[in-house]
Amino acid sequence: MQQIINFIIRYKNFLLYLFLMIVSLGFTIQSHSYHQSRFFNSSNWITGNILETSNGVTTYFGLDRENQKLMEENQRLRTLLFNNDRGDTITLDSVQQTYTVATGKVIKNSFAHPRNYITIDKGARDGIKPDMGVITSKGILGIVENTSNNFATVQSILNEKSNINAKIKNTDHFGSLIWDMKRFDVVQLVDIPRLVPLTIGDTIVTGGMSSIFPEGIPIGTIRKFDLNTSKSFYSIDVSLFNDMTNIKNVYIVNNNYREEILELENQTLADDK
Amino acid sequence: MISNYYFLNVIRFVLLVLVQVLIFNRLNFFGFINPMVYILFLYWYPIKENRAAFIGLSFLLGFAIDFFSDTMALHAASTVTIAYIRPAIMRFVFGVNFEFQSFKLSNSTQVQQITFLTLLILVHHLVFFTLEIFSLANFLLVLKKVLATGTATLILCLLFGSLFSVRKD
Repeated sequence: MQQIINFIIRYKNFLLYLFLMIVSLGFTIQSHSYHQSRFFNSSNWITGNILETSNGVTTYFGLDRENQKLMEENQRLRTLLFNNDRGDTITLDSVQQTYTVATGKVIKNSFAHPRNYITIDKGARDGIKPDMGVITSKGILGIVENTSNNFATVQSILNEKSNINAKIKNTDHFGSLIWDMKRFDVVQLVDIPRLVPLTIGDTIVTGGMSSIFPEGIPIGTIRKFDLNTSKSFYSIDVSLFNDMTNIKNVYIVNNNYREEILELENQTLADDK
Repeated sequence: MISNYYFLNVIRFVLLVLVQVLIFNRLNFFGFINPMVYILFLYWYPIKENRAAFIGLSFLLGFAIDFFSDTMALHAASTVTIAYIRPAIMRFVFGVNFEFQSFKLSNSTQVQQITFLTLLILVHHLVFFTLEIFSLANFLLVLKKVLATGTATLILCLLFGSLFSVRKD
């Protein structure tokens, strides 16, 4: 007994180090295979407020450019609206809409890590829930991962865990959008079969297979494409429309039928067994 | 005198965390270089202090930065590592002098100080990027990031070090 206590006292620093190292490795490795931790992320109260204050100061420097972006988007939407005569206000009834959209501002952006998360200034109190889609006026951005009362973290498409259903515009050939951690303006589209005719410059948009994003949200254009090692699928480099280094205003998209879809899918899977 | 010492370290801790997360985490020089200047805390921390407390503090420092940058416990793991091996690095750099009671960082030569800082940064970055990228297939990417970010960190730490150097008393 005496010896055990002596041993502990003698190596207390090493044991402390070992303990703390195992704690941190535990957190880290857990996040490699599962979701980001529920509690240790930047959407919590302290970090969220500090980041928001800092953002409040710096946000003024980009107002001009942001206004320009919003004007361009308004122009595009106006054009769509005028050429698409709906006439009927019933279609605007929010109960019947599949998707509802909320707005938010980015208060922390990152793109230099293998797993990048973005923090936005809207949270559970504004009706944001995990697994909602986040887009900008130019294209897709990511998926909400965690929320606190006033903030939310978003798993960016520049995240090695990101996996989003995407397709080539005007066709129904779909694949998965992933990221190889190399460049912040290029992501990869895999699992497109080799019989699909491709051209450099083709547009890639979100596919309708996920219950997170609406179909047809722009992602980017084909930069280059190769056959993968098994020679049966393409792996495609996609240049993003979004400048991931410069993002301010975002839209959070909620699919009102998502729960119903998931429930149905789970039920089907359960019945299968 | 003692309370003054604690006070100084607390101020340092808070300021370095804020400077790191509000300025240097957003630098993204060349698209990926974010220098980690908070290592200066471990460089400046008094030598003859309680080692267990030092390791604990370093863990807290790393973890505080992890909170802001959504990196789980990567900063914590790498900071704890250099906190633990700091005495070994010091013995290597400063030789037997380090054992004397009167040893002070400001009394050593410039070359020794820089070597000490470089070794701290090197070990820290190696642990950090190995854990962050977490695959042997991307070992070159790890090396590239360690070298590029390490150089930037070293330069900035030296600049900060000469700006806010501990007064010789």
